[in-house]
Amino acid sequence: MFDIVSFIPRAVAQSVPLLFGSTGEIITEKSGNLNLGIPGVMYVGAISGVIGSFLYERSFSDPSQINAFLGVLIPLACCLLGSLLMGLLYCFLTVTLRANQNVTGLAMTTFGVGFGNFFGGSLIKLTGAAVPSIALSATSNLFRRSLPLASGMGWFGKVFLSYGFLAYVAFVVAFAASYVLERTRVGLQLRAVGEDPATADAAGVNITRYKYLATCLGCMIAGLGGLYYVMDYANGVWSNDAFGDRGWLALALVIFTIWRPKVSAAASILFGGLYILYLYIPSGGNMAVKELYKMIPYVVTIVVLVFSSMRNMRENQPPESLGLPYFREDR
Amino acid sequence: MAHRVPAVSMRHITKEFAGKVVANRDVSLDIYRGEILALLGENGSGKTTLMNMLSGIYYPDAGEIQIDGKPVNIGSPKDAFDHGIGMIHQHFKLVNVFTAAENIVLGLKEKGRFDLAAASERIRQICDAYGFDVDPNQKVYDMSVSQKQTVEIVKLLYRGAEILILDEPTAVLTPQETDKLFAVLRNMRDDGKAIIIITHKLHEVLDISDRVVVLRKGEYVGEMATAETTAQEMTNMMVGRQVSLNIDRPPVEMDYRMERIRVKNLTVRNHDGVVKLDDVSFTAYTGEILGIAGISGSGQKELLEAIAGLQPVESGSIEYVVDATGPTEEVEQLIGMDPIKIAQMGVVLSFVPEDRLGMGLVASMDLTDNMMLRSFRDGTSPFTDRKAPRHLAELVVDELEVNTPGVSTPVRRLSGGNVQKVLVGREIAAAPTVLLSAYAVRGLDVNSSYLIYDLLNRQKGNGVAVVYVGEDLDVLLELCDRILVLCGGKVSGIVDGRTTTKNEVGMMMTKLGGGEA
Repeated sequence: MFDIVSFIPRAVAQSVPLLFGSTGEIITEKSGNLNLGIPGVMYVGAISGVIGSFLYERSFSDPSQINAFLGVLIPLACCLLGSLLMGLLYCFLTVTLRANQNVTGLAMTTFGVGFGNFFGGSLIKLTGAAVPSIALSATSNLFRRSLPLASGMGWFGKVFLSYGFLAYVAFVVAFAASYVLERTRVGLQLRAVGEDPATADAAGVNITRYKYLATCLGCMIAGLGGLYYVMDYANGVWSNDAFGDRGWLALALVIFTIWRPKVSAAASILFGGLYILYLYIPSGGNMAVKELYKMIPYVVTIVVLVFSSMRNMRENQPPESLGLPYFREDR
Repeated sequence: MAHRVPAVSMRHITKEFAGKVVANRDVSLDIYRGEILALLGENGSGKTTLMNMLSGIYYPDAGEIQIDGKPVNIGSPKDAFDHGIGMIHQHFKLVNVFTAAENIVLGLKEKGRFDLAAASERIRQICDAYGFDVDPNQKVYDMSVSQKQTVEIVKLLYRGAEILILDEPTAVLTPQETDKLFAVLRNMRDDGKAIIIITHKLHEVLDISDRVVVLRKGEYVGEMATAETTAQEMTNMMVGRQVSLNIDRPPVEMDYRMERIRVKNLTVRNHDGVVKLDDVSFTAYTGEILGIAGISGSGQKELLEAIAGLQPVESGSIEYVVDATGPTEEVEQLIGMDPIKIAQMGVVLSFVPEDRLGMGLVASMDLTDNMMLRSFRDGTSPFTDRKAPRHLAELVVDELEVNTPGVSTPVRRLSGGNVQKVLVGREIAAAPTVLLSAYAVRGLDVNSSYLIYDLLNRQKGNGVAVVYVGEDLDVLLELCDRILVLCGGKVSGIVDGRTTTKNEVGMMMTKLGGGEA
């Protein structure tokens, strides 16, 4: 029997990193920057948080004694700082130096994954543990803390109230991003920058500033996705390459939702569900079949890409100048 | 008038690009309130560059700009707005997926909540005051060119612009729309605004402006009151020597005239399934220039592309008469034929699209390589012949007076008019039997335009069937033997270029078969 009450919370837990990643990338792409470095940024966000909380936990002989407030704040600040630096690097290369966005992004993904694994490996060496992973259970407990009354509310509590605070942050950020993009002056100007920077420039919008701010903010939001994965989803256990290809799935989600963060809130749960669907489909002992089921999110992405490129509505197209550098005196 | 303080005074402005090309050298000019100033000059004479410095797109290398007598520093478009300067560019600066209202408020820092409804209300008030017709909620991509231009003007007025610059505003308008625009400009002038209009259409200068300033090769040549000058005098100043202003129209050699292209009941749909050509029929003859008139987007592009084999056709036929002198007429059906084969038969297309480089030329390749685009398939050697295209490039540069450092310069570096000369020159060099040319003189100055007309006439004399899609009705009326008028993809009529009037053609462009609107 398909257990929907246990399926949904797991799907939502899967969806949170995707939602952070796609919201961050949508904000970035609306400024005309195609940041393919998002998977790398999420790695850097995760490992930065891990480093922060690792050092903080190590400063106590008994990690369970850590200050609840600092225990959350330190990894959070480290994560945001790490992702911000990645965003600044990307902007400096593509906006200031006008380097090719695709090459820069891909290089940053390679760099970010390597950076995560290098420092992850170093920390594992420091602990001298037998297993190739770091467990930050004290910090993780803080991140995973849900409302105390959730457990007493049956299926409702399980489906809606059983998550750590970062999961709620993800959904709030997505809806807030949608509101800002659609309803505010800043959002209008940001969209104009991504659609037609020459027009926005002639209208007095500071292109460089908008591109920097949107891209850096996007990276910081995406970085939180990495942090959520380690601290909440993986119970504070960092092991190299565990984050996998979620960053790429977040990028696919951007196109799937045709650049709408609030759609992403629902779509990410769909993707998260598809990601773990293989655990719920009875396949007996046949492992090969399970591996095939793991393909489902990617197959769905391809199918959606086919359909979304067939629908030819003007509003559903990517920002017009996505991926193109802007130089005012270009002739 | 020495006591009047100019609204804008530009003093000794110099601007260079990439340290080499001098766009403006030591230019000084004054603009007064309640006056329309025409800025006249050939292509690449630096009119647009000069105005871009006023609107903050470029920054001058040397010189000073004064507003109301006070020196100012205009470092960005925002600074220009703050001084009440607004510019309407040749390529509209509008975001396609935004509505009119969204475009108009873009970049404004108004106090209070972001309220599109209130903005729309103010836009309606401005429209009522000056007689514009704008729906604030319409998306820009749904608008006609003239509607987009109106949005641009409203945008400037909404921002309280006092000094308006219009860069070739009439290039894309029908005569009727132009009249409407000029009426609005006069309204605004009488309202005390300073207006600068960049153009190279002399009759428009005479029609609308109070004063005219002439630039040549980036330098100021002189200025005069419009009432005291003539088209001939302005042309001479602009070009720097005596130029004849009449377009030749050699008579058609009726004895040798024969049918060349027969289009019957042609219907074409574009990608979105919209009918672009509806039941179009006509015949193009050898030794004749057939003009095609119509509001932009009435199917001109699709018609030429269908003949050249680049556009899928829904129904109808396009026949190419190979030889009509024999006992039986030899005819080839062009529909379904490979474009390369059509080109080999002598049907060439010289299409100058809006961005000039979109079709026909590769921006980053030099002149020689662009000539090779036509000839690289020739011969059997695995290596391409670079000598012949090089000679051709040199010939085109020479004959058409292309202003370029050399034939190894990337086409991108040339100014728009020069790019066009290269394209038209190459197509004509292919010794065609049918020459399809669209907007061959778009954005070209008087001198270069006449060179092109001359080339077309020579082709006509050689017995080529020339199809000329044009925007300037005055030119169509002077150059073409017959004029086919398109209206919304349908043939509105075919008239004789020698007897028809501008008004008649203008009417037919907006309404099938003409008649009173």
